[in-house]
Amino acid sequence: MRIMGHQPNLSAWIGLAIVTSFIVIALFAPWIAPYGEAESVSETWASSTWQYWLGTDNIGRDMLSRLIYGARMTIGVALLTTILSFIIGTCAGLLAAIGGPIIDQALSRLVDVMLSIPLLVFALIILSMFGSSIPTLIITIAVLDSTRVFRLARAVAMNIVVLEFVEAAKLRGEGLWWIMRREILPNALPPMISEFGLRFCFNFLFVAGLSFLGLGIQPPFADWGGMVRENGRAISFGIPAPLWPAMAIAIMTVGVNLVVDWILSINARPSGASAEM
Amino acid sequence: MIAVTKPVLKITDLRVENLTGAVLVDNVSFELRPGEVLGLIGESGAGKSTIGLAAMVYARAGCSITGGSVEIEGLDSRKADAEGRRELRGRHIAYVAQSAAASFNPAHTILEQVCEMPIQHGLMSKAEAEAWAIELFRALDLPDPDKFGSRYPHQVSGGQLQRAMAAMAISCRPKILVFDEPTTALDVTTQIEVLALIKKLIREYNTAALYITHDLAVVAQVADRIMVLRGGKEIEIGTTSDILNKPKTAYAKALVTERKAADKISVETVEKRGPSVLEVSNAVGVYGDFVAVKKASLSVSKSETVAVVGESGSGKSSLARLIVGLLPRSEGSVRFNGVDLPPALKSRTADNLRRIQFIYQQPDVALNPRQTVGDIIGRPVEFYFNRSKPEVAKRVDELLEQVGLPKDYATRLSTALSGGQKQRVSIARALAAEPDLIICDEPTSALDQLVADEILKLLKRLQDDLGVAYLFITHDLGIVRRIAHRTAVMLRGEIIAEGPTERIFSPPFHPYTEKLLASVPELRTDWLEEVLAKREPGGKPKKAKPKV
Repeated sequence: MRIMGHQPNLSAWIGLAIVTSFIVIALFAPWIAPYGEAESVSETWASSTWQYWLGTDNIGRDMLSRLIYGARMTIGVALLTTILSFIIGTCAGLLAAIGGPIIDQALSRLVDVMLSIPLLVFALIILSMFGSSIPTLIITIAVLDSTRVFRLARAVAMNIVVLEFVEAAKLRGEGLWWIMRREILPNALPPMISEFGLRFCFNFLFVAGLSFLGLGIQPPFADWGGMVRENGRAISFGIPAPLWPAMAIAIMTVGVNLVVDWILSINARPSGASAEM
Repeated sequence: MIAVTKPVLKITDLRVENLTGAVLVDNVSFELRPGEVLGLIGESGAGKSTIGLAAMVYARAGCSITGGSVEIEGLDSRKADAEGRRELRGRHIAYVAQSAAASFNPAHTILEQVCEMPIQHGLMSKAEAEAWAIELFRALDLPDPDKFGSRYPHQVSGGQLQRAMAAMAISCRPKILVFDEPTTALDVTTQIEVLALIKKLIREYNTAALYITHDLAVVAQVADRIMVLRGGKEIEIGTTSDILNKPKTAYAKALVTERKAADKISVETVEKRGPSVLEVSNAVGVYGDFVAVKKASLSVSKSETVAVVGESGSGKSSLARLIVGLLPRSEGSVRFNGVDLPPALKSRTADNLRRIQFIYQQPDVALNPRQTVGDIIGRPVEFYFNRSKPEVAKRVDELLEQVGLPKDYATRLSTALSGGQKQRVSIARALAAEPDLIICDEPTSALDQLVADEILKLLKRLQDDLGVAYLFITHDLGIVRRIAHRTAVMLRGEIIAEGPTERIFSPPFHPYTEKLLASVPELRTDWLEEVLAKREPGGKPKKAKPKV
């Protein structure tokens, strides 16, 4: 079977299988999960039984159901964040590449300032100022993350702007927006798509990290990072409860990376049009 | 004399394939004796370079030598292991690449790089290698040979770097040299010097050489025998004079005739063909504090081709950029159809822009690789004339037909086309705007000879049909002779001569025009000797020593 005109290798198939199944689980969570998201069904940290496959958590909620709902929240938030950060970063990056030295300097220096502050510290400040609702969380991470996207988009676009078909468009009298959208963006896409996968992973881990610190997704919503935090103490009693969400994070990260590796390898091939540029 | 010596290089039934199994070189055999030069000629993709590299038992990434034998000095080197091959390369057979600038490491001095091979092969100590390198620099007429090596590659000119590369190749005194288009990237006036030195080098060291090129006239100067290649197969092999004077195969005949056409003027050259379209007067173009165009004046009339010739760096392209507004002029005026054009691109109207179109040198980067041919050609129609979708599609079909491409190419991506087809698409895109003037910036120099010829014919036909004027920028005087009604010669940003092509190309010449004309290789074997002999007496005093 071929996907987007390319034959995936074994590791790509594994990655695709992991990512697809997690997405299906996230989409159909209410139908798949045996219990409700915030439903307390048993005692604290019950061990695995036929009834509760992965046992229960710190307040007796079914771990498996929480994991399934958590996939929805964690993947959903990370995905929205990455999409938003790519929209912001790519637009700004292409504009910097084509808009002339003044726009470029203004945007680049602004990004430098933002990049000089550690991401986590920056996020903690903003989230403690504005509170940790899901929209604030998404916008904050997206804006912070878009600085990295900006860097890449600008670098890629800089190499395309000097090509003659862009000059031909300028000579034709085309506007900036048209040149960005029709001449540059399609040629910048391959490296951007593989970067999308990587940034999705980082954002995913970042959301999990923030939840672990208590500033991410708030209870009673389930999310994997938060679940590790809530059940962290269990490990000292020899109960595997926090390992399940941690494992989910690990598997998802590995899956996305396998897919990204495959996309990168397509772009690195000499047959890819972007390879020469 | 030649027949009795043993061949130093013997290639039999050579076959090179790439990973997908496509045959790049098929069943090619030849022998090379000391002091003998074999010219390999053919268009791109003919397998010239692949054979050159295979002679060193090397194949590019993704390719491999799958059949035949390569004997270097009697040893079958295909059987040698990696270490054995390393021993061969540089010491017994060396390579001179087309782009010297890309072949030198910019982080090391030239001397270090020329000395590297003899030291690596353990042939010389460092001091010996350096002394030898300086001797080579002297033999190759490089300026200030004692200090030349201490410079970095970017600090010397292209011609000097190409000679330094030749020095590097012969540093281990190999028996065989492979020259892969060593003068293609150079200006004609520089090319002649490098050619003369390559010839001297081969003669002095009695080296056997493979000389790869696409220019028949160049190979005629250096080669004893010529092999004509096409699609990885040998078409014809013979002595140089046989190939030039009585080629047997149709393909070789076409190559020779095509090259000969470049030697004579084949357009009627007149003072004025019609009302003036473009008038540039006293235009000055500046990059920072470098004056690229100095007080240039030029005019182009309706359905006329004006050629701008000159070497690289003479300001030809800057002049074109100044006319279209990419390089805002700081003085002078550009009048188009009697109206003064603003200097900057941004202040020109859409109609101003539409009437002057541009065709680029590199068709690969002139077309967006992510757009279909239909989108590329249709966009100017849509943009300037605001037509509806079906009208645009109809016009695209017409334009494709005009440039000689099938209609169904409209749905293809430009990356699926060959170089010549891409250039046809570029021309169609320019025509789509229905311009009065098309500026052609070396539109054929990236193409193979026969393909370039087709493009020139197409441009000529379109001019006859549509009355469009061309400003044709080129360094190739052969093209000028064939298509330009009038010619302007540029040197260091100035137009030093301008007029009907016939007048420019006949005496009395401007001294620079004469030098330029004399430097274009002609299709006969004794041309180089003649030109050099002419130069010797009155020319450079340092060459007063007796000829080798």
